[in-house]
This record gives sequence, structure tokens and C-alpha cells, in this order.
Amino acid sequence: MPKAFRPSVITANALLEGDVVYLGTRDWVRDLDDAEILTDEAVADIRMLEASAQSDLVVGVYLAEVDISGGTPKPNHFREAFRATGPSNYPHGKQEIL
Amino acid sequence: MYAYTDFDAAFLAERNAQFRAQVERRIDGSLTEDEFKPLRLMNGLYLQLHAYMLRVAIPYGTLNGAQMHKLADIADKWDKGYGHFTTRQNIQYNWPELRDVPDMLDALAEVNMHAIQTSGNTIRNVTADHFAGAAADEIADPRPVAELIRQWSTDHPEFQFLPRKFKVAVSGAAHDRAVLKAHDIGLQIVEQEGERGYRVMVGGGLGRTPMIGKVLYDFVASGDLLPTLEAIVSVYNLLGRRDNKYKARIKITVHENGIEDIRARVDARYALIRPQFTGVDQQMLARIEADFVQPGFATKSLGAYETAYSNDPVFRAWADTNLAEHRAPGYAIVSISLKAHGATPGDATSAQMRLMAELAHDYGHDELRISHEQNVILPHVHRADLPTVHARLKEAGLGTANIGLISDIIACPGMDYCALATARSIPIAQEIAVRFDELKLEHDVGPLKIKISGCINACGHHHVGHIGILGLDRAGVENYQITLGGDGTEDAAIGERAGPGFSADEIIPAIERLVLAYLDLRTQRSETFLETYRRLGLAPFKAALYPEAKADAA
Repeated sequence: MPKAFRPSVITANALLEGDVVYLGTRDWVRDLDDAEILTDEAVADIRMLEASAQSDLVVGVYLAEVDISGGTPKPNHFREAFRATGPSNYPHGKQEIL
Repeated sequence: MYAYTDFDAAFLAERNAQFRAQVERRIDGSLTEDEFKPLRLMNGLYLQLHAYMLRVAIPYGTLNGAQMHKLADIADKWDKGYGHFTTRQNIQYNWPELRDVPDMLDALAEVNMHAIQTSGNTIRNVTADHFAGAAADEIADPRPVAELIRQWSTDHPEFQFLPRKFKVAVSGAAHDRAVLKAHDIGLQIVEQEGERGYRVMVGGGLGRTPMIGKVLYDFVASGDLLPTLEAIVSVYNLLGRRDNKYKARIKITVHENGIEDIRARVDARYALIRPQFTGVDQQMLARIEADFVQPGFATKSLGAYETAYSNDPVFRAWADTNLAEHRAPGYAIVSISLKAHGATPGDATSAQMRLMAELAHDYGHDELRISHEQNVILPHVHRADLPTVHARLKEAGLGTANIGLISDIIACPGMDYCALATARSIPIAQEIAVRFDELKLEHDVGPLKIKISGCINACGHHHVGHIGILGLDRAGVENYQITLGGDGTEDAAIGERAGPGFSADEIIPAIERLVLAYLDLRTQRSETFLETYRRLGLAPFKAALYPEAKADAA
């Protein structure tokens, strides 16, 4: 049986800065809180197609599961948690502005 | 060091102009990412977890002061004021933006540097003994032949699409400081009946399937080296597996076909191509050798050194751990530790880079080396100047006296930066170093190499760590496996897995139990961790790592 679809966001890296980005309801956004939460697999498939077509803006588009039980999206995996904040040895990356 | 010819300079300028145009075409949409990716990788540009990463080649780990200054300037202008020195003797910038990379490459070219051979399925940047040209135990400086190999392999038309990447390391000493047996080809300069030549080892490598390199030829005469290398890579190019990325390295080719079969194929290929090498390479080598003449060493009084050594315990501790025997009387090789307790292994700020460049200029015949253990070397310093050098290093946070000790840890960038990583490495290294500094045990523990990789690709060389740590993702949680008894020297050995892995919280106490057990088990202070392990085997160390298992069995 295929795995049930879990709430997800679409993520990638920005072409120019390399920074982690998420697909918002209109544009690519830099903060996970502003990402569009996809709960329907069919909608997610369409949004993935649209996102992947934007290769002039982003690189490496994929779906990442999130936990939305607390109201705001939280990464389900530690890799996505690092992507959403930055490295742990310096206060660089997204945590600099968050 | 090697002086660029007009040809070299023109080659780099053209290459950089090509890449500038490729970046522009990527940004304006003319190139897709699939088209652009192999082009950027050919120029050392990766896309990592949080940003692009530019990997700059430092051929055979050799730099002069002006080059180190330029690396500092680049860190300030286009990155976040620091750089990361790697286990391949390269430097990585973790935060460049795509538009800036062509300017960074042009800046590098001003000091004869580039990012070629730092990625892709080609022959990569050649590495060498970091004490090359200075070590007391060396037959000959391996850097001229490393430079010859660099020139031969750069954009070699036959070897642009190998089954997988290909790494060559060279050493001129019997004591292997370059991990020769963990390279696709390891070359050791040897002498036979007064003639100089090379022992050629092939098929070593770490990663998913670690293998110790095997001797292909005990002696290859100097003039026969390049055709031999070309024959080996040519055989691998045809025979290496392209069906499975995990079986594509030459270590698997050698393992699956056997060293005798490989030797027969290489012999046949060699016979075919040898006539094409008419001796031009040897003329070039002679020219390159002239660029690597030994500096004019000075004779000075050792008084200042001896006074500092007797009166200053901090200087003495540093001198005892961070200096190595130099071939010239009165001189020492200085290893500058980039492993201050709690710092990121291999990182240097731009200010630290500039200081090291100044020290090299003022006291070190303008030479610097990067070691695969992620430290910086001043290869030629007169002992009379060491008190001053040490004082200035100390001021800059570079005076840590820990070379070869438990806190001198190799760690790959791990999941803090790397897109391939399965767990973090850096925080584990930081915590181990801080913990053993708190315990004030590291000088008592003595020589002990801990090496940490954040994934199975083993950039952190964990297989050849006396204690190796491999970070994995176990059901969405970071988990760390320990291997014991690895060795990256001429007695190379792959570490043995100790047992089940530990969580990030458990790994530091586990390492502490292991090291305390060693202190109990050693027969005397001079018996190192590795010697004790070789004498006793895994069992007593396993008992220390897994006390519950021992209790359950009782």
C-alpha cells in the first residue's frame, strides 16, 4: 500500500543566493512559516510541476514533510530543521535574520 | 614553488572567461540547471544545504604568503570572513553567491590559483605529504612530480569522463603522512640501486567500501612514471563499472578483477603507449624541479629558543607537540593547529589567514602548507624565531598545542553544510575537544587520532582513525558508529566496527569511557592507544563502550 500523504511544503534552493526557499501561495519565500502547506496529494503534484518549471529562480525542487500540529509548520526531519535555520557551528544562514 | 608560465596564465584566463559566460547564460535562462551543473562542478562550484560552496584547489597543499593573503581577501569580500581547509588540502568557501563566483575565480587567478580538479569524474587535485621539502626523513621532495601530474592530468582529453573521481597522492618519505594507501593511486618516491623511482600503489579508498591500496609496481623509474599512470587510468577508464555508482571507483575494479589481472592489462596498455612519451615530460619535470629548489637556510644562535623552552611551560608544551624534525640544522617544521578546543576543525578566519601569511613571509621563507589533517604548516622556521612565532600565533588564537592529540580531530563539514551528509560532524568534534580539555587529559593520553565523517562517503577519513566516528541517520535521528584501530600511515588499516551506534547525546560519554579504558589498559605511558588496541584487540574496548551488555552477560 502506498504511504499516506502527509502535510508537506515544496522547497528548493534559490538560483542566485543558493539560500533555502519554500513555495508560498504566490512566490518563493525564505521562511518556512510563510510556506504553503499542502495537505492534498493531487494539489501537491500540480504545485510540484509548477515549481519545477521555475528553473530560472530555483534549483533542486522537492517535497518535504512538515508537522503542523502546533499551528505553524515544523520540519519532520533534522535535515529540514537545519535547512530552515542554518549550521550549528556559527550563527549564519537563516538564523541570522530569524 | 611552481611559477606559472604564460601558457598557464592564459589557460586560466580563458577558462575563467568561459565560466563567466556560462554563469551569465544560466542566470538569463539560456542554460538549464542540468546543462549548467556539470559546468559549475568543473569549476569547483557546488550547491550545498544552505548555499553554494566554492572549493578552491591548493595543489599538493602548497601556498605562498601572497596566495594565503588572497584567500583571506576573498573570504572577506565574498564570503563570511573565514574559510574551511579540507582533508584534500583544499579550501572551501561556504557562502558565495552565484553572480560573485566569476569574480572570485578572477581574484584567485591573480595569484595563480583556481578551482579546477576539485569536482567531477576526473583526476582530482593531487595531494602530497604536507611536510614535503622539509621533512628530515624524506628521499626527495614529492611536489615537483605532483606538479607534473597536475599538468598532465588537467583537462587530459582521455580522462574527462572517468567512471568516477580519481585521486592521486604522492610522498617522498617512508613514513606515510599522505594516506597513500587510501588513494586511487598512491606514489611513494623510493631509491633502488642508486636510481630514483616510484612505488605505485593502486585501488585504495575509503567511502562505502573501504580498501587498502595494493602495490602494483615496487619500482617504476622516473621516466616511466607518466606512461604508467596513463596506462593505469586508461585501463580503469574502460574497465571501471559505469552501471553502479557505488562500484565505480578503481578500488572495486581492482578488487573484482584482482591485482594480477589489472597489472597484465596495465602492462599491455603501457607497451602500446610508452613510445608516445618521448622525454618531453622529463624536460618539463627538470624545469619544475628548478622551481622547487630548497630555500637558503640560515645559521643562527639557538639561545632564544633554548631560553624559551626552559622558562616558558606554554611554549614548551607547544614545541613538544607542534614541531617536527626538519632536514636543515637549527630548523623546525611548525604545525599550526586549526583545532582550538571548541572551534570548527579546519576553519580559519581571514585575520588568522593573514597572520599565517605574514609569519610565513617574515620567518618561513614565504612557504605554507595545508595538511590533510586540516592544519596549516610553516615548513621552514628557524628555531631561533620560534618564540616570536609562537607568541604571535597565541595572540591570534592559533597557539593550541594539540597536534596529533585527541582534540586534533579531522571532521568533514557534515550536515551543518553538506548536502550529502546523514548527520552532523562538527558539533561532535567540538564537544569531544572541549570535554578532553576540561578533563586536562589529552597530553597524558598522548597520540590519538579521532576522525569523524558525517556520511558513508568518509570525507572525514573515519575508517583510518584510531577512533573513527561515522554519523548516520537512523530512523530520522542522528546516530554515531564507532570504529577502532584504523591507521592511515604506511601500516594502513581499516578500523573495526565496535558495535551498535550511539545517539548524539551518548557519543561523547562513550568516547570518554573508551579513552579512560585505554589509560587503564596501557602497559606504560609510551604505549599509544593504537598499540594498546593492536595488543589487546577489540574486546576490552567494547566492554568499556557497552557496559550494559557486559552486565547483562554476567
